[in-house]
Amino acid sequence: MDIVELSRLQFAFTAMVHFLFVPLTLGLSILLAIMETVYVMTGKTIYRQMTKFWGKLFGINFALGVTTGIAMEFQFGTNWSYYSHYVGDIFGAPLAIEALMAFFLESTLVGLFFFGWDRLSKEKHLAVTWLMALATNMSALWILVANGWMQHPVGSELNLATMRMELTSFAEVLLNPVAQVKFVHTVSAGYVTGAVFVLAISSWYLLKGREIAFARRSFTIASAFGLASVLSVIVLGDESGYELGDVQKVKLAAIEAEWQTHPAPAAFTLFGLPNEAEQRTDLAIKIPGVMGLIATRSLDTEVMGIRELKAEHRERIVNGQEAYALMQRLRSGEEREGDQARFEQVRSDLGYGLLLSAYSDDVANATAAEINQAVEASIPKVWPLFWSFRAMVAAGFSMLLLFALALWHSLRRQPETSPWLLRFALFSLPLPWIACEAGWFVAEYGRQPWAIGEILPVHLAISSLTAEQVLTTLIAIGILYTTFVIIEMWLMQHFARKGPSGSGYLDDEADSGYLISTPPREA
Amino acid sequence: MMDYETLRFVWWVLIGVLLIGFAVTDGFDMGVATLLKVVGRNDLERRVMINSMAPHWDGNQVWLVTAGGALFAAWPPVYATAFNGFYFALMLTLFALFLRPLAFDYRSKLDNPTWRSRWDWGLTIGSAVPALIFGVAFGNLLQGVPFQFDDYLRLEYQGGLLGLLNPFALLAGLLSLLMFVTHGAAWLQLKTEGELRRRSAAIGSLTALVCAALFVLGGVWLLWGVDGYEVASVIDTQGYNDTTGKIVTVSVGGWMTNYSRFPLLWLLPIVGVLGFVLCSLTMKLGRHALAFTSSAIAMAMVVVTTGVTMFPFVMPSTLNPNHSLTMWDATASELTLKIMFVVVCIFVPLILLYTAWSYWVMRGRLNEQFIRDNDKALY
Repeated sequence: MDIVELSRLQFAFTAMVHFLFVPLTLGLSILLAIMETVYVMTGKTIYRQMTKFWGKLFGINFALGVTTGIAMEFQFGTNWSYYSHYVGDIFGAPLAIEALMAFFLESTLVGLFFFGWDRLSKEKHLAVTWLMALATNMSALWILVANGWMQHPVGSELNLATMRMELTSFAEVLLNPVAQVKFVHTVSAGYVTGAVFVLAISSWYLLKGREIAFARRSFTIASAFGLASVLSVIVLGDESGYELGDVQKVKLAAIEAEWQTHPAPAAFTLFGLPNEAEQRTDLAIKIPGVMGLIATRSLDTEVMGIRELKAEHRERIVNGQEAYALMQRLRSGEEREGDQARFEQVRSDLGYGLLLSAYSDDVANATAAEINQAVEASIPKVWPLFWSFRAMVAAGFSMLLLFALALWHSLRRQPETSPWLLRFALFSLPLPWIACEAGWFVAEYGRQPWAIGEILPVHLAISSLTAEQVLTTLIAIGILYTTFVIIEMWLMQHFARKGPSGSGYLDDEADSGYLISTPPREA
Repeated sequence: MMDYETLRFVWWVLIGVLLIGFAVTDGFDMGVATLLKVVGRNDLERRVMINSMAPHWDGNQVWLVTAGGALFAAWPPVYATAFNGFYFALMLTLFALFLRPLAFDYRSKLDNPTWRSRWDWGLTIGSAVPALIFGVAFGNLLQGVPFQFDDYLRLEYQGGLLGLLNPFALLAGLLSLLMFVTHGAAWLQLKTEGELRRRSAAIGSLTALVCAALFVLGGVWLLWGVDGYEVASVIDTQGYNDTTGKIVTVSVGGWMTNYSRFPLLWLLPIVGVLGFVLCSLTMKLGRHALAFTSSAIAMAMVVVTTGVTMFPFVMPSTLNPNHSLTMWDATASELTLKIMFVVVCIFVPLILLYTAWSYWVMRGRLNEQFIRDNDKALY
């Protein structure tokens, strides 16, 4: 593998491992705040025990979220240094704001959440928990503003003098429709993750006939919160589809395996086997009209197919060659009359010109064969996107069914009388993670070949390193992360199995604040 | 509001403020963790040490994250060049930092002594290695780093991990490690009782003096043995970043230019040295609050002295001195600096406020009885 592929692999690995922990933090922090609110409002200590017990699992997960998060911030500089140079002016700002506005608050308050029980009044501690949850969500906002900008770079312009993208409108970056939709879709997915986690473990207690009072209440809160969240994920996911149809047509076409433009409204392919070589989908089962509705909100607008998108890309690559030649002249001081004006006309295609630099040393005079290569590479591989998108959607709808049934049984106050439901909940435990990882895969793989959509190709974004150097750190990170994840999962199941009574939480009658110090009954 | 030049200067100050914030807060918990196996003789003592910083280490560490983020936003070329150039050094730091959150949270969750001992090592490595490497990195910045740019400002870097580990840089690394250790020892005196407090005072009063000596030695070395950089052309401080367009001269003793121009600047290193000496004395006298304050001031002065010595450089290039990065020509655009300045003005005071509140809430000393009484709830 070359350095570009190794760098991509390293980013994919670190980001995907990081996102094993983020959604649970997002969801559990809100659930903890809800449980503690019920405690403060009703005064029933069982809700405080719930906050503490789920809080302990939250802490085990949170630690790895912090650990893997540090890598995320460092690696833009270490492994993507030209990227950092080229777009740091815009991309760095939301990351710094995230730290100042959200991560500081979250990290300071998480200490008080765990250690402040006997130091703070009930109300103050509750405020700490809510603010911690709020800060966690604010973190997600700024990170997704940054990511949204990579998908759909607005509010910025290339400065030829500094050879960097520079900010022109912060409001546009912040209010980027892609970022906004991604934010709500992603945090809702986090809430679903938290809810499934609580629901599945509670169901296991109910199946075993343990911790009944505790598990039943947790089950109810999780099912109500989960149903609301999963509805929000699905509705907002559909909104994402609309945004894709608007600004990321390539990703949409690849997800849908739309090999060519069909008359409006486009059909939605429920199932099929994308055949890259022949540019068609075998055994396709299609639902007429649905895709057109999702992507364009109309019955008479076409959804562009891959063939047509490639034709469009070819034009833009040719324009990009001209933009590249003009840029060279403007920067070297060999400017001719009218160069600046012409550059303004074609500058939006400069990124497409840069695509050629992967195949040609002389972008401005690339051969037809090289242009063909660049055109072919301008569309990501279809089948991984097609399948991961469907995995995400299938997981999403299964969880909708799960929460609907769970809430129905909760309201009738007898979830433990339906073992099949409890088993369904237990075995659904991996679903939110499958959905989250598949969703991020669609978002990021679907952006290829770009690091910054239509601006900076991935192959230019890398650092000045050798493939061996990147491989070395990739292996090291691989070993470390694998070890950490194994330890984390072992601790999770260990404390989940012990349960609240095994951890000494249910003897907490003295109300002294600090968790009780009686030794665990098991272990 | 402000013009570009002022904003650039303000951001140079702000990066310094963030680094000082990191040293003063995360510095003590890294110091305590480094001392974990030295000062803490058994599990209970170590748990007292760990729990003295348990509610705060995570918030403290965000100073580092914020400094990284601010570097990315305010000085993108510096972030890109330094992180790429110091590749393996930063990766080692990163791997070490990985261990900290896990060690804090997981260590006391199980009763097994092997488990706890392993995580104790994790905590120590996770804190001592970054403390050392940060100093090594600054030591290398002071000597210049082998990089240059091509026409499209793509980085070319020549050098590896071993080149970074030269004698001067190791001295700087040792200084940064020992000043964190001193600061950690001062923290332990504030938060613990009895033997722990006595042992940390003994160690801290010694390391503070070593810090003073290393700081003076580093200064002398810098004066007579290290190439300094000077800008020989005029930089347009209001204009766009013309990073590769200036002329830079290199000479031994070049780092003294700012001091000969403004002799009052000598006060900064002098206050730093006095701070370490005062810290050592006050530790012996049992004046812990004063010891903590003077070690904080001394560390701040080390950071400020480094910045002032190099001003306006932040990352000199040995390969092509004209390509050196300065705080005038390696910044973000005016708009980004402006927006980030507003954000900092709003949020840094808030951060200081709630951080202070969290320390107030968790005030007081810890002892072994407290750990026994709250066995399951504590780290």
